[in-house]
Amino acid sequence: MTSLRTGPDATGLFGHFGGQYVAETLMPLIHDLAAEYEKAKADPEFARELAYFQRDYVGRPSPLYFAERLTEHCGGAKIYLKREELNHTGAHKINNCIGQILLAKRMGKKRIIAETGAGMHGVATATVAARFGMECVIFMGTTDIDRQQANVFRMKLLGATVIPVTAGTGTLKDAMNEALRDWVTNVHNTFYLIGTVAGPHPYPAMVRDFQAVIGKETRDQLQEKEGRLPDSLVACIGGGSNAMGLFHPFLDDKDVQIVGVEAAGHGIETGKHAASLNGGVPGVLHGNRTFLLQDDDGQIIDAHSISAGLDYPGIGPEHAWLHDIGRVEYTSITDDEALAAFHQCCRLEGIIPALESSHALAEAFKRAPKLPKDHLMVINLSGRGDKDMQTVMHHYDEQEEHI
Amino acid sequence: MSRLQTRFAELKQQNRAALVTFVTGGDPDYETSLQILKGLPQAGADVIELGMPFTDPMADGPSIQLANIRALGAKQTLAKTLQMVREFRQGEQNTPLVLMGYFNPIHYYGVDKFVADAKEAGVDGLIVVDLPPEHNADLCFPAQAAGIDFIRLTTPTTDDKRLPTVLNGSSGFVYYVSVAGVTGAGAATLEHVEEAHARLRRHTDLPVCIGFGIRTPEHAADVARRAEGVVVGSALVDQIAKASTPQQAVEGVLNLCAQLAEGVRGARR
Repeated sequence: MTSLRTGPDATGLFGHFGGQYVAETLMPLIHDLAAEYEKAKADPEFARELAYFQRDYVGRPSPLYFAERLTEHCGGAKIYLKREELNHTGAHKINNCIGQILLAKRMGKKRIIAETGAGMHGVATATVAARFGMECVIFMGTTDIDRQQANVFRMKLLGATVIPVTAGTGTLKDAMNEALRDWVTNVHNTFYLIGTVAGPHPYPAMVRDFQAVIGKETRDQLQEKEGRLPDSLVACIGGGSNAMGLFHPFLDDKDVQIVGVEAAGHGIETGKHAASLNGGVPGVLHGNRTFLLQDDDGQIIDAHSISAGLDYPGIGPEHAWLHDIGRVEYTSITDDEALAAFHQCCRLEGIIPALESSHALAEAFKRAPKLPKDHLMVINLSGRGDKDMQTVMHHYDEQEEHI
Repeated sequence: MSRLQTRFAELKQQNRAALVTFVTGGDPDYETSLQILKGLPQAGADVIELGMPFTDPMADGPSIQLANIRALGAKQTLAKTLQMVREFRQGEQNTPLVLMGYFNPIHYYGVDKFVADAKEAGVDGLIVVDLPPEHNADLCFPAQAAGIDFIRLTTPTTDDKRLPTVLNGSSGFVYYVSVAGVTGAGAATLEHVEEAHARLRRHTDLPVCIGFGIRTPEHAADVARRAEGVVVGSALVDQIAKASTPQQAVEGVLNLCAQLAEGVRGARR
């Protein structure tokens, strides 16, 4: 069998997906970045430095926790949670940020820009920028600023400038447009720290590589606990970096069933969702060819999800390819299903999950009861839910008004 | 000879630069936009760039972003933009028209169908911001095979090593983006324009048109002394933004176009 883990090709393509669809101003820089990343990958000193920060700054390895009460509750598969929410800054995002800031340092860049949706990537970026003494500018849509005020304050505390983006619906896609505009303007001194496995090559591969520590640890940890590979993996997908990080080390293990969970918002049939694979078609946006939510003129449609981190009309190109070849199954979970899972996890395990991760939990809770007790399922608990208190409270206020 | 070749050859004989104007198709609405388009040659535009609206114009500054929003708000589509070109061509056979925009709407429309329909409508060239030469197979080659020029953007970051890659397969003219940034932002110095033009001239015989940040007849004249063409976009689009009636929008754009044309035409006298 040929390996599914060797992509992308030299031009940044995973099958028909990926590529480098950006303005000419950025092309020389993107080629530099790709070359510099290849050099860094081969440099033992880079690996050593990365490992040091992962351990002593991020707090890795994150535990693989046997969720005994959830397992009992579901009455089927044995459920493990990969505890990425225990990382410094509260989500998997920091894994990638540490890697990219070390690369920015190698390239002599002094100014870091990033887009953020829920604010988790913005916080993680502001964190590493503070640690490495670099100027940091975060682009965030005004809708997201309203629903994630605590994270906006955290970014400011960490010394970042948060620029509100009013264009479009003021969510992640608009923030990314604005970050790209800043990048073409300040291309000489600025490093764009993209938060997910999307954008022009080399970002999808690079971010995946930095996140793959999740899957590598999971492999070793489950081997230690159970002496074997998992039977299934479940992770939520917006752009798809936590999922890609968990999935990638297992792609060639054909007996491991892999499930990605998109945000169905109010339901795919309503059109108010963020499920690019289940409700979109291929197109080109933000530097890559992938599945996108778009209308019948090829205009991009705004995504909807209760979780700001999944509220994006595209998906990483490697996911698009894995969907195309059928290696990964992509399903979707609605806002309400995710909220129900959020509560179950709080009450049964004493863990407040992020609304993003709650989508993965909801999908797992649907599957687990139908599976045998010796089925080993790993759910990526990609982030903690502290940032979502306001959203959850607001949701219940709205429901009470309806009653 | 293509319309673009013919036009630049004529201008070379007249020893003057081209005024290249940009407006977004369907801004502020189809009828007004068509009226502007039809008036541009008479107002002195030598080459017309017509924007294909897109929801996510990543390389554009506020003026052209708003133009895209206005056009999409008035239900402009790629099919309607092609229809505008057809209507324009009914009365105008000499002025080259170049469509400019982003790849996704073309990708969705279907590349082969788009190329065929654009050719039939009377489109002479394409500028697609997010299609670097790395993706020539996506649209550049099919367009050129159909006789539509593919115009490349070159920028201050396109160094001598990369220029041959970018220019290889370029046709019509070369668009030099004189500032690293989005449309409508600051302008380059004339020294930079001169240097950049000389550098491009070492790599290509194609006419070089220079854009980004050019807003006044005086500025256009300064650039027109140093290049084969001057591109003005945001300043024209701003005339539509500040108009309170469609008629004001038409007059605003065409008056500014006429002033710019005067600047460009007087430049080398």
